Amino acid sequence: MAVWTHVGPEPIDPAGVLARVGSADDGAVVLFVGIVRNHAEGRSVSGMTYEAYTSMAASELAALASEAAERWQTDRIAVVHRTGALTLGEPSVAIALSTPHRAEGYEASRWIIEAIKERLPIWKHEHFVDGESRWVPGRTPPTPAAS
Amino acid sequence: MQVHTLFFASYRELVGVPRLSVTLPGGSRARELVVELRARGAPFDRLPERPGLAVNEAWASLDTELGPGDEIAFIPPVAGG
Repeated sequence: MAVWTHVGPEPIDPAGVLARVGSADDGAVVLFVGIVRNHAEGRSVSGMTYEAYTSMAASELAALASEAAERWQTDRIAVVHRTGALTLGEPSVAIALSTPHRAEGYEASRWIIEAIKERLPIWKHEHFVDGESRWVPGRTPPTPAAS
Repeated sequence: MQVHTLFFASYRELVGVPRLSVTLPGGSRARELVVELRARGAPFDRLPERPGLAVNEAWASLDTELGPGDEIAFIPPVAGG
């Protein structure tokens, strides 16, 4: 078993991501799926386009998944983030992992999605039903560790 | 020396191009690149004075030293997930 991560335009199959984790040692399997919802700040949304600095996003995702593996002592982690144009209800991100007990599984899953939002060079262009669109306000990107 | 800049998302729309090669004096830091671009006037002067940056796919700051052929990405606030 090894940590698996991917960033790309292929549609996400959550069951396929889930199938990458689990072991006889693990009593808990956690799957998180982020999907495109139909509203934002009271406005109706028709879809979302994800733009990425794909090569860097892929290496950052691999790095943060490895950090999670180290911190929660499991290498049964699979994470995928999609890019390109998504329609309502489509998964944009899926995180599957398994751990001996549920507490560390929930913690690790939550930590990974928050780290994705803070550290991956990915941007969302939100399309509204009324024809307007906007870049979703983001978070200030990280700066290098103090040296 | 020549370096390669990348612009993503709102910054790409702001400057109108996804990439641009820039010639800088040897030993320049990222700060000099930002200053040189903004000094070109519109539309580059619409880039922030202190943008998020990555050099060769690693998070960087205005103090990061640049080398020939480096890839410097201008990173708007990130919104993955």
